[in-house]
Amino acid sequence: MAEFTLPANSVVKQGKLFKAPEGATNTRRFIIYRYDPDSGENPRTDTFEVDLDTCGPMVLDALLKIKAEMDSTLSLRRSCREGICGSCSMNIDGANTLACTQSIASIKGDIKVYPLPHQPVVKDLVSDLTNFYAQYASIEPWMKTDTATPPDRERLQSREDREKLDGLYECILCACCSTSCPSYWWNSDRYLGPAALLNAYRWIVDSRDEATGERLDDLEDPFKLYRCHTIMNCAKACPKGLNPAKAIAETKKLMVQRKM
Amino acid sequence: MRDLRSPLSRVKGLGSAKDGTHHFWHQRLTSLLLIPLVLWLGFSLAAMPVDHATLVDWVRQPLVTIALVLLIGTTFYHAKLGLQVVIEDYVASHSRRTFILLLSSFLCLLFGLVGVVAVLKIAFGA
Repeated sequence: MAEFTLPANSVVKQGKLFKAPEGATNTRRFIIYRYDPDSGENPRTDTFEVDLDTCGPMVLDALLKIKAEMDSTLSLRRSCREGICGSCSMNIDGANTLACTQSIASIKGDIKVYPLPHQPVVKDLVSDLTNFYAQYASIEPWMKTDTATPPDRERLQSREDREKLDGLYECILCACCSTSCPSYWWNSDRYLGPAALLNAYRWIVDSRDEATGERLDDLEDPFKLYRCHTIMNCAKACPKGLNPAKAIAETKKLMVQRKM
Repeated sequence: MRDLRSPLSRVKGLGSAKDGTHHFWHQRLTSLLLIPLVLWLGFSLAAMPVDHATLVDWVRQPLVTIALVLLIGTTFYHAKLGLQVVIEDYVASHSRRTFILLLSSFLCLLFGLVGVVAVLKIAFGA
């Protein structure tokens, strides 16, 4: 059965409290999940009181301030700090999002920061996305054609056909959608998840691609595709405002269409 | 034993089952068909006096017999498809999943047959 209880050594314990510096008046409490596999200890949540008067507006700013000034052992991924690289995806205030585009002011009360749900944790806020990336690779996210490239120009695409890729090509593979999906939690070994399926559809509807049928063949599977039950957590979580559930529904429609 | 296969090999697994669309499509078709059938059953029963003789006479009308057989068949086929989704979602062990799937399919078939035979027995009985 799906596991609803955690093994004893994964129960999250209360960790340390890091006080704000003397004289700080505008502070917020960040409760951050900590786990170090080398220590052999259970995961814990540390509490950091952050002085917002000397901190940038986003959750990532606070995390970097914590790492720089309060506890340098805090591990997290980040790169672009402007919502385009997808590195700093994590669970903030109970929802998967990018720390760099999530403003501190929009969250009420203490700010809880956890790694992406239901993935192995490498350390602290860094989750192991090996399976997620392999699933993306498995949909063969590149153009496949039999027709040779025209010698004198690019492969052309009408304006209308190009517009079909809007809402799909913007995916930054942050994994916020897939790791918010209950179906993905229970069956991520076989269900490809919203991110990989959105990207699969991105190539299925690309007018220049010549492998549409094979792509649909590869997805036609009770687990790879049909574990999606339109729960819609993916669309709610996506920090880029995309709708993977719609892309999956369109894929299912094509599956039915080609049988009729 | 450590699994030394590559992540991509593990994800690709046994490949596509080339199946699933049939299930998806039939689940939707049966749910659409069930809307008018269930409404019809509800309204018909509500508009009828509750006594055995009236009910038996009602079931014996050919159109009612057909609709009832259709309703029972659709209901249990839909139940079979729905239960399959739940089982595939939540039962992780392959052997246990196969066993429970077979069991639920068999029970749905059995209950469906019991219902259909009951209706036919009333319809064609003396």
